[in-house]
Amino acid sequence: MTAAIATDALGKRYRRRWALSDCTLDIPAGRVTGLVGQNGAGKSTLLNLAAGLLRPTTGTIEVCGGRPATDAAQLAKVGFVAQDTPTYAGLSIRDHLRLGARLNPGWDESLAASRVERLGLDPGQKTGRLSGGQRAQLALALGLAKRPELLILDEPVASLDPFARREFLQVLMEAVAEQELSVVLSSHVVSDLERVCDHVVVLVDSQVRLAGEVEALLDTHHRLTGPRRTTREMPRDQQVVSERHTDRQTTLVVRTEGPVLDPSWTVTQLGLEDLVLSYMELPTSDLTGRGDGTTGAPSLEVLK
Amino acid sequence: MIEFSLDGRSGVSPYLQVVHQVRQALRLGLLREGDQLPTVKDVVATLAINPNTVLKAYRELERDGLVTARPGVGTFVTRTLADDSLAAHEPLRRELQRWLVKARAAGVDDESIEALFRSAFRGGQRGVA
Repeated sequence: MTAAIATDALGKRYRRRWALSDCTLDIPAGRVTGLVGQNGAGKSTLLNLAAGLLRPTTGTIEVCGGRPATDAAQLAKVGFVAQDTPTYAGLSIRDHLRLGARLNPGWDESLAASRVERLGLDPGQKTGRLSGGQRAQLALALGLAKRPELLILDEPVASLDPFARREFLQVLMEAVAEQELSVVLSSHVVSDLERVCDHVVVLVDSQVRLAGEVEALLDTHHRLTGPRRTTREMPRDQQVVSERHTDRQTTLVVRTEGPVLDPSWTVTQLGLEDLVLSYMELPTSDLTGRGDGTTGAPSLEVLK
Repeated sequence: MIEFSLDGRSGVSPYLQVVHQVRQALRLGLLREGDQLPTVKDVVATLAINPNTVLKAYRELERDGLVTARPGVGTFVTRTLADDSLAAHEPLRRELQRWLVKARAAGVDDESIEALFRSAFRGGQRGVA
């Protein structure tokens, strides 16, 4: 299967600042991928590159097997819902549907109509008067009715209240179940993505810090708690992702394929949020090598 | 029909939670042979979770020979985990409830009750092994 998004040494520079650098990724098709990172980490830049709204400074990017936005066929493959789910405030819902039908060759009229009907909104209403949740749902309905192979959503739920957030993700997940659809969505809040993603990419300071399948990541990361000690004594197959020490206790997050055998550790499972945060708090300087040289830098390869 | 729920704080992955909830329902006799599991679309619509999570859970249950998927129809229970011991559940539950009343009367709090149960349970397992 072709990757939904494949990048090779992709970079984007704005004047002097690199918004994204040396990004090599393989985001599988048919999956829901969460793109996580703090504000300014490069999420929107990567998504805009994938949508073809930006051109790379270095490297390459392929989306559903083609260069972004090169021709009409390529444009039809990718749906893009920009940050804060913008709509045309002066146009009605009906206008938006008409616009969608005119601009998209694969437009699914009945899907659009039924989704809008489910929202229970008056089609004559101007979208400038919709609530944030309603506008987000409309933008999602438009994105889905385009029938794209890949739907890209930039921070779709960030500005929504918890109820609207849940509703939005429910509709999105139903669409994934019904249509053959790859989804890439970004958020700076990991807990928003925990239930919906089966693949995750973490960006820190314009670079890919971690990428992989959620289940595989959860299976290979553990939190170890025990009496205070240094990480020098750790077995070679256990990579220390993060460490905290008090005067008596040491708490580590380690990545390992095998079991943790040392009985002095209490081993607990990590949720996705804690796992991702432990990678995000890792200082960038630690990536090139660790002071003690025994544990090595945490591996940041893309899990296949 | 059963309904799933997810505990986001448990640290147990969503797909395993679904598997556990089906197994639990089979063990308690809530699901019997021939019963249909909720469709993937229904689960996704109620829980707002990734459909692949549900599919993965159902595939694992299928591998264990507990359910079978009929394409286009749904997923059905083929085997129950409630054995002959099901009849014994109710009296055992009553006994356990009596024990809980006794424990509370002795001033044992919930946390200590759980700890007591776990340590006795582990001790029991070792006794068998």
